[in-house]
Formats: sequence, C-alpha cells, structure tokens
Amino acid sequence: MRKASTVQKVAPPGPKSNKNKKKDEEEAVDAGGGRVSYGKALIKPPDQLELTEAELKEEITRTLTANNPHAPQNIVHYSFKERSFKVTSAVDQLAVLFEMEGNLVHIDSDEGRRLRAKEILANGTYRNIVASKTGMKEQKATNQFNFCERASQTLNNPPREISCQTEPPPRSVFGATVSQWEIYDAYVMELQKQEKNKEKQKAPTLRKDVDKSRNKTMLTETANDDITKVRKGAKILERMVHQNTFDDIAQDFKYFEDGSDEFRGQEGTLLPLWKFQYDKAKGLSVTALCWNKKYPDLFAVGMGSYDFNYQGRGMLVFYSLKNSAFPERIYPTDSGVMCLDIHEQHSYLTAVGFYDGCVAVYNLKREGSEPVYKSTVKTGKHTDPVWQVCWQNNDMDDRHNFCSVSSDGRVVSWALVKNELVFTDIIRRTQCPLSTVACGTSLDFHKQIDYLFLVGTGEGKIHKCSKTYSSKYLETYDAHSRAVDAIKWNHFHPKVFISCSSDWTIKIWDHTINTPMFTFDLKVPVGDVAWAPYSSTIFAAVTTDGKVHVFDLNINKYEEICKQAVVVKKKTELTHIEFNPIYPLLIVGDDRGNVISLKLSPNLRKKPKVRNRSSCKRGNFHPGTMV
Amino acid sequence: MAEVEETLKRIQSQNGVQGIIIINSEGIPIKTTLDNASTVQYAGLIHQLVMKARSTVRDIDPQNDLTFLRIRSKKNEIMIAPDKDYFLIVIQNPSD
Repeated sequence: MRKASTVQKVAPPGPKSNKNKKKDEEEAVDAGGGRVSYGKALIKPPDQLELTEAELKEEITRTLTANNPHAPQNIVHYSFKERSFKVTSAVDQLAVLFEMEGNLVHIDSDEGRRLRAKEILANGTYRNIVASKTGMKEQKATNQFNFCERASQTLNNPPREISCQTEPPPRSVFGATVSQWEIYDAYVMELQKQEKNKEKQKAPTLRKDVDKSRNKTMLTETANDDITKVRKGAKILERMVHQNTFDDIAQDFKYFEDGSDEFRGQEGTLLPLWKFQYDKAKGLSVTALCWNKKYPDLFAVGMGSYDFNYQGRGMLVFYSLKNSAFPERIYPTDSGVMCLDIHEQHSYLTAVGFYDGCVAVYNLKREGSEPVYKSTVKTGKHTDPVWQVCWQNNDMDDRHNFCSVSSDGRVVSWALVKNELVFTDIIRRTQCPLSTVACGTSLDFHKQIDYLFLVGTGEGKIHKCSKTYSSKYLETYDAHSRAVDAIKWNHFHPKVFISCSSDWTIKIWDHTINTPMFTFDLKVPVGDVAWAPYSSTIFAAVTTDGKVHVFDLNINKYEEICKQAVVVKKKTELTHIEFNPIYPLLIVGDDRGNVISLKLSPNLRKKPKVRNRSSCKRGNFHPGTMV
Repeated sequence: MAEVEETLKRIQSQNGVQGIIIINSEGIPIKTTLDNASTVQYAGLIHQLVMKARSTVRDIDPQNDLTFLRIRSKKNEIMIAPDKDYFLIVIQNPSD
C-alpha cells in the first residue's frame, strides 16, 4: 500500500529541478560500468519547462491511495428491480500481482497421511521406519480392537523350610531391692574407688612395696577372715554383756543421787561403783592414774612398785568405764611405771616415766605393745626413778614435748623428733649451791603460765622455777618435813597450789606468799591429792589407811566434808586419786593393783556461788590460821 | 585372732550368758556355743530381723547405720552386734 503524502516541490537553488536530480542519479547509476560520478553537477537539459516563480511555488499535492489505477471505475449493471442501469459503487480494487500454486500438505490432513503411507512403501529408510513405527505404535495403543492377552504358566519352585537354632545366651535371674541407703552405699563406694585411684596416681614409686604388703595382708585375711572381722563386734558385745551384768552400777553411775545428803548437813558420801582389776597386775601397785580428756570414760593406770627392794616388771593399762572386767589396752613393761600423763589435745599419746629412769611415749593408735619412743642411756635418761611427767604445749618447732622430774636432780624436757626423743635439761639442781642432794619427787606446770612450774623435792622443799632459768629458782618454800608426794596447781585460781607429803599434812599455798594458807593434818601419810575440776575450793586426798578425804574450803575450812574408807582389806594403801573431768566420779588406785571408782554425792559437788567477780576469783580464800 | 578368741571366752564366762553365735552375711552360723538345732533357728530368725532393722534405720537416714540391737524378753535378753559381713549374737539371762 502506498501512503498518501505530500511531497513538496523543492525549489532548486539554481536551474536544477526534480527531474534533473533524477536524471543525475540515473546518470550516475547508468554510467555504472565505466566511471560513476556521485557529484551532483547542475546540468540543465534542453527541453526543461520554463516556469515562473509563482508557478514553481505552487503546491501540487500528490497522494498515495490504495486504489487500483487499472480497476474500472464505472461499472454499470442492469437492475431488474428498478429496470435501469446502475453504477456499481464498490468496485473490486484488488490487483493480483503474483500467483503461484504450492505443493505443501498438512501432516494431519487425510492427504498428508496418505502421502506418508506411500512414502514408507516407496523409500523404506530406517529413519522413516522408526518415524513410521512410532506412529504405528501410537496407532496400536489407541487401537482397542487389536488387544490380545497372552498368559503363560511358569514352573513354581517348591518352597522348603530351613531353620537353625542358636544356643540361647546364658541367662541368670537377678533380683535386688533398691532403697535409699543402697543408692547411698553405691555412691560411697564409687567415691572411695576414686580416692584410691587418686592415691595410686600420687604415689607411683611406693606402689611396688605397697602391693606386696597388700598381697600378704590379703592372703592372711582370706584365711582368717571370719574370726578377725568379728573383733569389733565382739568388743561391743562384751560391753553390752558387761552393762547387763553390772546394770545396777551403770544405773547408779548415771542417775543415782544420794538423797540422804539433805539430812546429813554439809557432809557427803562416796558411792563405790566399778572396780577395775586385772589378773596379771595383781602383785603391782597403782603408781599413776590419768584420765583421757577426749574420751572421758577412758583412763590410764600405771602399775609398778614403790618398794625399793622388790623391783620388777610394770604395766601400763587402759580401762574404760564401759568395761570394768577387762582393760582396753595392756602394755607390759620391763620396769615399773612410776608416772604417766596423757596429752590434752592428742589423746592417743601417753608419756610414761619408769623406775629405771627411762621415759617412753606410747601411741594408742598403733598396734603392738612397744612404745613409740623410748629414752636410753645415750639419749639422756635419768639415773633415778622418774617421779612425774607432764606434757607441754608444742614448742616453737611444733614438736610435742613433755617434762620429767627425777630423783637425780634433773628436770628434763623431751621433744619428740621423728623417731627419737631429744632432751634438754631444764634444771640441773646439782649445780645449785644451796642443796646438796636435791631430788625432785613431784612436778606440776602452771595451767596458764607456760614456763612456770613447781618442783617438790625429797626433803620437803618446793621450788618455784621457770623454764627460762636453768640454774636458779624463782622461789623456795619450806613446805614439808618429808618428801613432797604431790603438787597440784588449782584449776581456776591462778595463784593457788596444793601440796601433800608423807609427813601427814596437806598444805595450800599462794605462790606469792612464802607460808601456806591452809594446812591440814590428816594424821596418816597422805599419798596423793587432787583438785576438783568443777570447783576451785574442792579437793580430795587419799591416805595410806585406805581412806579418801574430800575437802571443800567453801563450806568448811578446817575439816573435810567427807572421810570414807573405800577398800575392803585393811592393809591396803591408797596411792593415787583423780577426778573425772566430766562425770562426778573419782578413781582411786591402791597398792594391790585395783582401781576403784567412786561417785561423789551431791554435797560434794557444790559449785561456789558467783557473788561478784573479785571474790569469785579468790574463791573465798583468805589466809587462814595455822592448825 | 587370739584376741578375739579371748574376748569371746570372756563373754562366755560372764554370769548369765547362755550362748554365743557368730553368723556370716549369708545367715550361716560360723561359730556357736549352743546346740545345732537352736543355732540354726536363731540364725534364720535373727538374720531376717536384723536385715529389717537395719533397713529401717538406713531408710530414715542413709548415713546412719545400725550399731546394735537388744531384744529383752521375759526369760532372757538377746543382744546382736551386726557388722557388714557378720552378726554376733549373745543370749544372756541378766538376772542370774
């Protein structure tokens, strides 16, 4: 189709026109074979119209229409309706420019299919066959009338059963109860195993020895396991049986309070409780008594002999109040035990002094009947019997140490160093110019002041000494006319101490005053004296006539409030006395190897009233007149 | 070992003691001073009782354990000291 457009006639600048342009172009094209000139030379043809300018500027409209110029414009046809000739308005303007018949046929048309089939028969190439086959297959699938079924029967294999039976895993029936304590036990065992593993890791070198010793112990254990394991239970049972047998004594010990004390005025009585005896110690006399501070039912008894002529063996025996029939521990010794002391903090350590001058330390935790430490001649043992040992606080090197006094005039301090005892003389009284034959027979350290101690001599003097001064005494008291058997500081009052002697007297002193505050004449040699741990004014003494005297200075300053014979046989002498730190109990040792326990009646247990501070400290003391 | 034997002898010699039985953890008597029939009877019965008693004590507080058991009857008293692996039983007539 051609567009209708107005083409403006361009006024040529010169004598040039459209035709001219065309000619030029034609000329340029036509001259193609030879030279082609593209330049637009202005050549005026001779027959060009000459027009006026107005005519040149005339617009001539040229339109492009879709009309076919060759189509007839005025076709007339006869109309029988109107019986006239009419001009047809619409005339077909189509002009056929080119016509060609093609030979393409659609595939799916009937003719296409027919041609295809013919092609297959004619050509027969693989490609065509495949193409045709797929075509045919498709045809087959859709063709329902050609469907046929084919079945065939195959041979079925006969089924066979094969089974095998395995041996069942071994079974055991396990039943247990679970309760809270079983779980707890399991955890505890786990913990112990872990700790053992830790220890094993920590000590790899010692393992060999430990293993060997363990193997040995294991063998012995398996052999005797039944009986030895019973040991603990047997001990408990023995105590139970004992408690049953001595049931009334146990009840008395615990609960009995003598009601008659109310009617007796100030006096009191001593109720005999258990009697401790040991077969093998019958010939020996009790030379020392000491309570254990940690276990107040345990006490130690030293056995020996005071007789100069008959010196033999000795024994260290531990009893418990729970079993009076048999001692808890027995340590036989070669020489008689003269004194003993149990350490306050480490109550398994016991220091013992012997008649032959040795000192030894026993450790209750260890098995065996030998002392852990023992002094020998080389290590500075005394040359005379040791009359008193006393534990001290740990010294500066934190070693345990104790002091001993002996008739050879030395006061020695012993320190426990690893495997042996190291001694240092505190006092060597042979150096002192005053006394010629000075021998210590008793010793006591001040409760609060560590370095201050008192030594009683065989002549009856009492020396107040200090650990720091080895050759001089701080003070000397002319106490007794015979040997001083016992000296004890008061538990409460820091200045008061008591002394007793075979000269039949007991004297109470204030260490700042040279003369005694109180003197008691008992008319019989006094073996031992002890302060009560619950009152600062009560003390007890034993005499060789088998009597126990208890004094309470708060109640009666001149006489005892209790005087009682406690032994059956008349010729028995009482040698030592000790108060139990907790229970209202006294133990008294005699010279036949027996220890008798006595319960103090309420009158003897009166504690001093707290009036005001100052008077309480003094314990209602004031210097008394001489008796 | 001798120590244990001595202890048992001393218990036996205390007045009023009628018999001593030692039972292991399975309930089998190891040592006894009574006749066989009584021993077996005591062993069986007391074993159960101690187990029950111990279980009771430990259920209440697992850190606790039974130390001993006394059964007092009209005629006598049975005292039992249990341990992990054994029981010790003593029958005593305390009023003798």
